[in-house]
Amino acid sequence: MLSLETITNNINNWLNNHVSSTWATIIEMLIVGLLVIGLFAMLGLILVLMERKVSAFMQIRVGPNRVGFKGSLQTLADTLKLVLKEGLTPKGADKFLFNLAPYVVMCAAMLILAPIAFAKNFQIWDINIGVLYISAISSISVIGILMAGWASNNKYSLLGAMRSGAQIVSYELSAGFSVLCIVILTGSLQISDIINAQQNGWFIFKGHIPAIISFIIFIIAVTAETNRAPFDLAEAESELTAGFHTEYSGMKFALFFLAEYVNIFVVCAIGAILFFGGWMPLHIGNWQGFNQVMDYIPSSLWFILKVFGLIFLIMWFRWTFPRLRVDQLLNLEWKYLLPLSLVNLLLMTVVAIMGWHF
Amino acid sequence: MAITEIIFWFLSALAVISAIMVVLSKSPVHSVLWLIAVFFAISGHYVLLNAQFIAIVNIIVYAGAIMVLFLFVLMLMNLNKETEPQKNLWMKLTGVVSGGCLLIILISLVRQATEIKGKIAVTKTGDIGLIKVLGKELFSSYVVPFEISSVLFLSAMIGAVVIGKKD
Amino acid sequence: MGAAYLLVLLFAAIAFSAGGILVAKLLVKGSKNAQKAEAYECGIPTEGTPWNQFNVGYYLFALLFLIFDVELIFMYPWAVVVKQVGIAALVEIIIFIFILFIGFLYAHKKGALKWI
Repeated sequence: MLSLETITNNINNWLNNHVSSTWATIIEMLIVGLLVIGLFAMLGLILVLMERKVSAFMQIRVGPNRVGFKGSLQTLADTLKLVLKEGLTPKGADKFLFNLAPYVVMCAAMLILAPIAFAKNFQIWDINIGVLYISAISSISVIGILMAGWASNNKYSLLGAMRSGAQIVSYELSAGFSVLCIVILTGSLQISDIINAQQNGWFIFKGHIPAIISFIIFIIAVTAETNRAPFDLAEAESELTAGFHTEYSGMKFALFFLAEYVNIFVVCAIGAILFFGGWMPLHIGNWQGFNQVMDYIPSSLWFILKVFGLIFLIMWFRWTFPRLRVDQLLNLEWKYLLPLSLVNLLLMTVVAIMGWHF
Repeated sequence: MAITEIIFWFLSALAVISAIMVVLSKSPVHSVLWLIAVFFAISGHYVLLNAQFIAIVNIIVYAGAIMVLFLFVLMLMNLNKETEPQKNLWMKLTGVVSGGCLLIILISLVRQATEIKGKIAVTKTGDIGLIKVLGKELFSSYVVPFEISSVLFLSAMIGAVVIGKKD
Repeated sequence: MGAAYLLVLLFAAIAFSAGGILVAKLLVKGSKNAQKAEAYECGIPTEGTPWNQFNVGYYLFALLFLIFDVELIFMYPWAVVVKQVGIAALVEIIIFIFILFIGFLYAHKKGALKWI
């Protein structure tokens, strides 16, 4: 059966047979680089279109429908427009930091991809502290945002960046605690271990009550971390124009925009890996027949379906909940989510030690 | 020269240059950003020593959390050109003297330390930095310090609240 | 070996961003205009410097975040070995979280968790 694993193995074998091992490694690195760039471009094109189509669906509209078949090329046209726009640097801005900030944000978005398993045995680097690595890199993007806001020499930008920073760091705690719940169940931070531990059922089923609570906390926290509505007060249009990227135009703005969407993809991928088994097909305990039928669906398809399901959920939030105020936002985190996730952690520990999970 | 050695020297140079830039930068925000570069270089060193957990913790706590705190503090202090306190020559001189004294003490200590002498840091070996080993150590031999550290956190939290909320 | 791929990703990100910005630079023939470089505002020039003094609340939340973040990192090695250590791990973490919860309650009582 054709899968991404066999394709990569074949390429690896072919390269090692035809060229020396050093060149094989270099060519593989080049392929990986091109693939991630391609993934970035594809994600940008698909997710922006998906956002607009989902919004239209929620509001009983048609959405973009002129460019391409049913508006499928709309994002391409938008990208073309953004490329053709002039990139301005405002007066009094810190030129170096202003131009550096998009690179920092993009690098952070790109580096997070390393430990994510896109299909069975198909990931860039199975680092042994996978989930911790992800939270480390996501804390770097805060620096990029603060840099952009500070360097812009604009009040809107700085206010947006400060709010964004306070919000991201606050919600990182809850996200971290809910990740910790899953780590307790697996006893490993490695992504491949976490996925393999879900061979006889996804963690959201195996861990039942505490896992479901931590999933809910996780999805709220990552919605806030990616600055999505209803937590988008860092770029609340009616108050702050566009938040930290108010002054950015043209391609630099496009990079921020792209990084935002890639981050949504990444957090949903992490959610899918932790709670829904990543590429692991739906397995139920020892039902051999059922499990084998499920295995016929390729692992990459499972992964993509789960991730886009979660992305749809996050887009759904946007049109369901009104935007929070700053005090409500911080209240929600510090007074409700944080104590709840601490209690949930204890609950999960009890469940794990007593063996009450499946 | 092995590849790890090249990486080691590159990271060391990066760390030293960034550290110098922290001191030399005119703008405090630039200093903070250079400090982040220092932390990244040091994290690279940890990775060379096969201590990935420590490396990541260094990035999360220092480059992530503490730097955000520093940036917030800079915003809080309102560092405009006019409000910046003027440092006269004597202040600078005392700074140089006290810093130089510390440097001399550190260098002499390192030169005298006999157990470090002749020992070269072995890269990519040992599993003491791996998280499983760390966890077992932390919860078998070092339980009491671990619990005491929570008291430290408590005092830090109370201190933060007292400073932040004067009323 | 895997660490080399981090560099690959880094280069890919830089190449992608730099490529995009460069293409835009080559294609676009911008016009010079003093008004264009003004900060984005409602039409009136910005009053004073944008680097204003900020609320102490940001600082307080960042400090509390720092403490909880370090605590969270302390818990990662613990979470990895929970199943092997068993009931002792539970007791340890209950004490740990309890002490921290006192601090949390203190902050709550003092109103530090309230915005403004």
